[in-house]
Order: sequence, then C-alpha cells, then structure tokens
Amino acid sequence: MSSIAERLAAAGTGNAIELRGVSRLFGALRALTDITLSVRPGERRAVLGSNGAGKTTLLNCVTGDFPPTSGTVRFFGEDVTVLPPHERIRRGLRRTYQISLLFQRLTVRDNVYLACRGVSRSRFSLVRTRASDPIMQSVAELVALVHLEDVADRLVGELAHGQQRQLEIALALAGAPRFILFDEPAAGLSPNERRDLVAILTALPAHIGYIIIEHDMDVALRVVESVTMMHNGRIFKEGAPAEIEADPEVQELYLGGGHG
Amino acid sequence: MALAETTRQAPLGVGEAQRGGEFGRWVSRHAAILLLGVFMVIFPAIANDFFLRQIAGWTMILGMIALSLMFLGGYGGMVSLAQMTVAGVAGYMIAVLGVSSLPKVSFFWPWWVAAPLAIAIAVAFGTLAGALSARTEGIYTIMITLALATSFFYLTLQNWPIFNGFNGFTTIPAPHFFGVHWGDPVPLYYMILFFAALSYAAVLYVSRSPFGLALQGVRDNPRRMEAIGYNVTAHRIAAYAFAAFIAAIGGILLVWQNNQISPFSVDVGVVINLLIIAVVGGLGHPIGPFIGAFIYVILRTFALDALVAVGLDGRRFQTLIGLGFLIIVLFSPDGVVGLWRRWASRVGASDGRSGR
Repeated sequence: MSSIAERLAAAGTGNAIELRGVSRLFGALRALTDITLSVRPGERRAVLGSNGAGKTTLLNCVTGDFPPTSGTVRFFGEDVTVLPPHERIRRGLRRTYQISLLFQRLTVRDNVYLACRGVSRSRFSLVRTRASDPIMQSVAELVALVHLEDVADRLVGELAHGQQRQLEIALALAGAPRFILFDEPAAGLSPNERRDLVAILTALPAHIGYIIIEHDMDVALRVVESVTMMHNGRIFKEGAPAEIEADPEVQELYLGGGHG
Repeated sequence: MALAETTRQAPLGVGEAQRGGEFGRWVSRHAAILLLGVFMVIFPAIANDFFLRQIAGWTMILGMIALSLMFLGGYGGMVSLAQMTVAGVAGYMIAVLGVSSLPKVSFFWPWWVAAPLAIAIAVAFGTLAGALSARTEGIYTIMITLALATSFFYLTLQNWPIFNGFNGFTTIPAPHFFGVHWGDPVPLYYMILFFAALSYAAVLYVSRSPFGLALQGVRDNPRRMEAIGYNVTAHRIAAYAFAAFIAAIGGILLVWQNNQISPFSVDVGVVINLLIIAVVGGLGHPIGPFIGAFIYVILRTFALDALVAVGLDGRRFQTLIGLGFLIIVLFSPDGVVGLWRRWASRVGASDGRSGR
C-alpha cells in the first residue's frame, strides 16, 4: 500500500528526473554522496564541476550503466532504480558518452538505424527493413541533422573525431526522446561544429529536457536555464546561470577566481 | 538515394535500361558465388561417388556447422566452442529417436518425427549454452563453451542407457521418401547441397536484418547497445538459438552421411578442428566456413598420400594441417575471406584508376 502511495506522491511531483539520496561507491571511493536532485520536464540544466566531481557517475546512475549503491532514481515519476539501461531508454531517456561509444565496424547509416530500431518494435526481426519503411526516413533525417550525409555509407571507424562526436549526438536523438543526458558533447569539436551543436540543442522541441555536462562555458551557459555545481561527489550549489557565474564560492572553486 | 532520384526523373525507357543495368551489376557483384552455385549443381555429372561423399559432402556438412560458429563469432563476437556439440546432440538424438542397430535403445520413430524432435532438442541445448555464456565475454565464453563440449563428450562416453557409451550408434540409415533413397550418393549430395545453400543464404540475409545488425552492434559495443534500447543478453541468447538451428541440421546430415555417431564424433579434437575451419576460412563472411572446411577436408584426405609420395611419414599429415593453419592465420588474421577481400579491393582500386 505504502509503495502505491509513494509512487503516486512521486508522480505528483511531475519531475522528469528525480534523485533521492543517491550514493555510489567504487570500492572505498565515494564517487557520489547523498545526491538529491530534481529536474522538471523540458528543463535544460548544466552540471558543472572539476574533474572527478562525479558528474559522469551521476549520469551513469540515471541511465543505469552503473546503478547507485543507495538511493532512488525516478524517471517521470516511475522508480527506475533497478531497471536495466535498455528499459530506461525505451521509456524515453537518452544519453551521449564523453568518449564516443559507437559501432566501429558498421556504417554511419547502420549506427543511426540501430538507434532508431532500438526504441521501436521488431528489434528481433529476421526480415530486412525496406528502403520505403518510415524508419529509414528518420535515419536519413538524423544523419542530415548532424551533417554526415557525405559519409553515411562509410564505416564509423574511418571517421574523423569530430564526425564521431556528431554521430554520438545523432544516436541520442533517435525515436521520441523525453529527456537527454549529454556528457561533454562539445569535447573535441571545432568552433564551427560547436556552433552547430548549440543550434541543435536550442532547436530541440521545448518538451525535451536535458542535462548537459560541459567544460566549455560558452556552450554550457548558452543552452541551459539552470546550473548544478558539483564538488567531490556532492552538489553544493544550484541556480540560474547568471547567479552561478557571479557566485564568489563558485569562482573560487571552479572558474579559478577572478573570471567574470 | 541519388540513384532513385535519377530514375524518377528519367524518361521511362531509360529507367528500364537502368533496371537492366542494376541486374547486371548484381550479377557481376555476385559472379563468384553464382558460378560456384552452378558448378555445385552440375558437380555430380563430373564427379565420382568418392568426391561427392568424401570431399563435397564433408565440406558442406562441416561448413554448415562451422557457419554456426562463424555467425556467433563473426557477427556476435562470441566464440562458441559448443557448436560441434550442438550438432552432436542432434546427431545422437536422430539415432536415439529414429532407427539404428540398437533396438534396445533406439525408439525407431519415423524420420519425420525423429528429425524435427532432434533439431528441437539440439536448439534447446544450444540456447541453454547461450544462456550460460551470454553474460561472459572473450576468453570466458570460450572456457564455458569448451567445458560444455567436454562434458558432453564424457557423458556420451560413459553413459550406456541413452548414448551407448564408447560404441555409440551404427547403421543409422538416411531416410527414404518420395521414392528416393536419400542415402544414395547423388540424392544425399543434393540434400546436403540444398541445406548448405539454404543456411548460407539465410545467414547472409539475416546479417542485414534488424536482428543481424543488432548482433553486430552487440559485437562492436554491448554497453552502447543497452544505451539505445537493446536487451543485450536476450539478443545474444537468440543468436545462439539461431546458430544452433543451423548446427543441428548439419549434425543430422552428418549422421545420415556417416551412418554412425560415437563419442569421437564430438571429442575435443573435433571441436578444435571446427574452430580451425572457421578461422582459416574467415569469420568475416558466411562463405568463409565453407572455404575453411574445403581446405581442411582436402588436407585431411590427401595430405597423407602427398607426404608418402614425397617420401615422408604419412602419419605427419596433422603437422601439415597445423602448418597450413599457421601460415594462413599468420598472413591473414581474417582468414581466406580476408585475403580475398584485400585482393578484390586492390583490383577494384586499380580498375577505378584505369577507368578514369
């Protein structure tokens, strides 16, 4: 009974992502300590912090790549703490990886196709997909969105680093995402590609929220409405981008002092 | 895309010509396999029973069983040493459920009951092997499947009520239906050719299906597959089931061709030979296992005589097989298929240059 009441209460909060008391240990190392965090549907938030602050571990706990050692993770009100990653993805969660995790021996088109197929039905179908299938239209659109049409039939292993980063983003946009986790999407992109990235992020439909981990402040603070600061596996400040930038403690810890 | 657009814009007659051109391109791209197919169909007209049975028959049967290993290894990144055992389970079951020289053990059910049941049991076994090893990677998959293969060998060796121990089963006949004795050399050859071609085409087709592509995704990056919505473990187990189906048919054909099965049909030596066949042929394309099986069968059949002819000890033929394996793997880690691909791309590249 209490679990139903709990579930209804959580659903009532209407948060896209809700972490309560989440901790994650790696042996004796406390990567995350008692994280409590809520992100509304459609909200765009940056998670900032120095290396080792626990930002990527936070994303891994949300997707289930590494489940939390303790605490609960809710996705649109549903307790997903113990669900495997693929079940969370099918519920509308997406993510990109800091170091590209792609299918190196398949073509760009096949990579995007797999992402589209992964969140649709007939994943086990033994019948080849026809060129006229609507899914192929989505694949072509996603490939075009990240400007990879020219290399669509090349193997991913042959692509330049920047192109692999673009593909990384395309994979996270497949299907009908409800919330996306971007882990340093701008890392290794050229200034032009960064501009494209900002355009893609700002052009996302308003109902799609995201959390973005990003070291490039020019990218991060332009595409979010709220910021969470992390340090040593804990959250120590939340606020609007302008507040965070102006905060003396943040400047001390993260922006290296003085920086405006 | 570009091609489709030009076809749409072009007047009707040109579109027709282009379709003809597409067919021509398809034929030229598949020229090698089409030629091989034609050759295999007319082979009985030019070959004697020895070549039909000992060379072609063995090549295609071992090729099929190795194909199931190639499917798992090449597309799924899972090297399973249990595929020969899956074939062995099917082979034993056809002897137990069907007809053999042992009325006390065999059920003497007709082939059309025994064969589907034998395949079903072997697929169940292969799927179970997959369930046991799907959460492991690399060397651990090899160890678990090798343990299964070894256990099955000792089970057949030591169990008399079902497997008739050391002796196994003899005089297991191939079926007789449609007025054809399928154990006769030419009908048997065509039956094996039919199933070998079918399984080759099935693997080739499935490799580009959602299931097959996802399997290659699991091979390249299982963690990312989870993160785009795939149940990686379920996908791996399904791949084992599919591979087991091919191995099971191969196992039944093996018994119908050989008319007997014993523990030494599934011992560790045979298991390793199958791995050699798949790797020498190449895990990159479903034709690889058949090429590997052909090389293996030729060496096994003629190496002894060849060695004696040049004045060496005939018993050294295993050394020759080992040397052949070493040379191919040394010069082309992706087997004969890899050699072929590099050669074809070099020829293709120089063609392109001279064309312009």
